[in-house]
Amino acid sequence: MNDDIKVDKVFDLKGLPCPMPVVKVSKGIKEVEVGQVIEAQSTDPGSLTDFPAWARTSGNEILKTEHDGDVIKFFIKRNA
Amino acid sequence: MDMQNIENQITELKSQMAALDKKAAENKLSMVVFSGELDKIIAAFVIATGAVAMGMDAVMFFTFWGTPVLRDAKKSVGGKDAFGKMFGAMLPKGMGKVKLSKMNMGGMGTAMMKSLMKKKNVASLEQMLAMAEELEVQIFVCEMSMDLMGFKREEMVDYKNLTYCGVAKFLEEAANSKVQLFI
Repeated sequence: MNDDIKVDKVFDLKGLPCPMPVVKVSKGIKEVEVGQVIEAQSTDPGSLTDFPAWARTSGNEILKTEHDGDVIKFFIKRNA
Repeated sequence: MDMQNIENQITELKSQMAALDKKAAENKLSMVVFSGELDKIIAAFVIATGAVAMGMDAVMFFTFWGTPVLRDAKKSVGGKDAFGKMFGAMLPKGMGKVKLSKMNMGGMGTAMMKSLMKKKNVASLEQMLAMAEELEVQIFVCEMSMDLMGFKREEMVDYKNLTYCGVAKFLEEAANSKVQLFI
């Protein structure tokens, strides 16, 4: 399904409510190099607006958002 | 002649830019935590920790009813006068004792909310404080509130970035912050 995007690290944020998904992803993105991609899996519907807001503010890029049942998968490239 | 003129103008522009830069607000959140109720303290910590996630510095000023929430339930100090003892006994001693601002219903509402929070994985206040410490959220505590209510520094929580201050420190931080909140 994601054979077009190479994921370097996966973060399981399922079941975590606000503000944890954004707190964890902001720390997690620093665990990969600039240019690498993380996959963040969230079940918090608020993430759909929060992740793009975080990405715009932090200067990182959401390559793709995918829904898999209740799980929302964000593919985020570290740019900053 | 002309070159000299241009160079002078550039120098002047540079110094004006530097002056503007100094005036520009920092990417910081300054928040007054005036309330001492469960719901409002949760909101305060969610916003403060979220701010750090958004790349901001976060500063919280605890004053009035927010102050007793930062007491450590495990610590006790003696030598208080009658008023100090009264405030000490009547106000929540630490994060575990705060109540909802609405629907407390003699403690039933608060207990229900806490069990719901646990069920829905919402961090407890104690966990939020620990997370704030890890994220280097700075906490300032109003010295006047401490004094009025008779709290002593020895009974406050252990927190890495905790400082006591007055209103001037808050105003300095607030004036330099892009976002200011009062909760």
